[in-house]
Amino acid sequence: MILVELRKLVRRPRTWVAIALLDALPTLVAVLLAVTDLAPRPGTGPAFLSAVLSDGSLFPLAALGIVLPLFLPVAVAIVAGEAVAGEAQAGTLRYLLLRPVGRTHLLVAKLVSVVAFVVLTVLVVAATGYVTGALLLGDQPLATTTSVSGTALTQTELAQRTALAIGYVMFSMLGVAAVALFCSTLTDTPLTAALGALALLIASTLLLTLDAADALAPYLPTRYWLAFVDLFRDPILWRDLLRGVLQQGIYVVVFLGAAWANFTTKDITS
Amino acid sequence: MIATRQLTKRFGSVVAVDGIDLDVGEGDIYGFLGANGSGKTTTVRMLLGLVLATSGDIHVLGAPMPEAAATVLPRVGALVESPAAYGHLSGRANLTLLDAAGAGGDRRSRRRRVDTVLEQVGLAAVGRRPVRAYSLGMRQRLGLAAALLRTPRLLVLDEPTNGLDPQGIRETRELLVELHRRGSTIFLSSHLLAEVEQLCTRVGVLDRGRLVIQDELARLQAPTGRTVVRTPDVGVAQALLDGRSERYGADRLLVRGVDAAALNAELVAGGVRVRELGPERRTLEQVVLAATDPERPGYGAA
Repeated sequence: MILVELRKLVRRPRTWVAIALLDALPTLVAVLLAVTDLAPRPGTGPAFLSAVLSDGSLFPLAALGIVLPLFLPVAVAIVAGEAVAGEAQAGTLRYLLLRPVGRTHLLVAKLVSVVAFVVLTVLVVAATGYVTGALLLGDQPLATTTSVSGTALTQTELAQRTALAIGYVMFSMLGVAAVALFCSTLTDTPLTAALGALALLIASTLLLTLDAADALAPYLPTRYWLAFVDLFRDPILWRDLLRGVLQQGIYVVVFLGAAWANFTTKDITS
Repeated sequence: MIATRQLTKRFGSVVAVDGIDLDVGEGDIYGFLGANGSGKTTTVRMLLGLVLATSGDIHVLGAPMPEAAATVLPRVGALVESPAAYGHLSGRANLTLLDAAGAGGDRRSRRRRVDTVLEQVGLAAVGRRPVRAYSLGMRQRLGLAAALLRTPRLLVLDEPTNGLDPQGIRETRELLVELHRRGSTIFLSSHLLAEVEQLCTRVGVLDRGRLVIQDELARLQAPTGRTVVRTPDVGVAQALLDGRSERYGADRLLVRGVDAAALNAELVAGGVRVRELGPERRTLEQVVLAATDPERPGYGAA
């Protein structure tokens, strides 16, 4: 069943359209920067973007920083929200369950396929970022890259930390995926499920800007997303990263548990 | 093959299915009749473990459902309400994915089995066209093909001829008869009386969640003990038969007694011209209407 879900994922035109769209924005940014030579001043704009003009090897990170706050979670919420509700809406859910595919098994397969989508998307964005960065930006051949803290990073260090950052970004999306998957078991309309998950993200983003909501901040799912920047401090600032991983883990456990409890006891009337 | 005991389903305060005892034997073609909203689909979904019963037991192929779904469902082919498929894939790709999705379908024989069922339902020539471009009838055939994919012992079909043209309906009927001949038991849910009358050996009628009739079709349609006479001389015949008959329509009489030969001799001797003569049988429609609508008196007064 897991293989079947993966096959469905890669054979679906929508998967590739979503990835292409996600890829288009950072590529556009790279082209604009290369043409105009106008980088945001340090400390403003998306993470790493101020540095990419002189150092193109940071562009994969900048690309992730561009899609992370909105585009990537929207895509993940749509794909995960569609997982069960989409099958319900198309009527194929009942035929899958009659095959029979166990309900828990189906949910696991859907989760794996959503995770595969996240991994694929992040890798494609990072890879495109690498290529455009190398081609368009930062043509000075540097032996070292300057970390956020101002010290020098060797190319090996940079590669390792970039890999860690990519992994962290993937993991950050699991919370959204779990919430959207849970919503997806509640409704027979994929759009409702995706919007449910997005509502949580928007609320979370909004609350983070309010000082009055400080007490809630550690529990908000978007709180630690941009902590991957901390990987490029010297030394690495692990505190927020670890909290981010722990928090996403808790979101995944809670919402997947809820999704499982709901889906396995639900009347399939679609 | 299917047995339920006091099967009940409530949705909130609405009782959709109210304590029904279904009994479908091996080799039956069981017609499950009921108006829209009578609880047919909910019952079918409960039999297949999609909807969980509020109370009561279900046994399908001798095993309790939904507990034994993993071993029961691979031997059951089902079409529930409308067929469904992924629109961007071809019919063949849909069947292949569906077969691969659940345990029980042998990988090596998959290609051959998909070809066979497509041939059976008359979709073999459709080729690589995506399901999105299928007509309603073609989708219905594809749904039927999916149900047949594992040569099931029990077929549960909900409105299988929905959306088919007369030709398609006849082909489907012939296909079902053929499958039945090869040993499949068929549970056919429908609101089309004619379909059930032509095809089924056993009938269950659901009315507002209750099973009001469950019997062999032949017994439901058994002669009523009266004889129908068609004649232009209705008045003469009634006078002759002296209270044993009642008028039915412009040129028909219903006469108590089953001895058509004696009746014919008597009528002819009395100068009555007889056009047709035969035992009265109730149509399935009459049986069902009499059982389901309390407002309506029995057939005799019609």
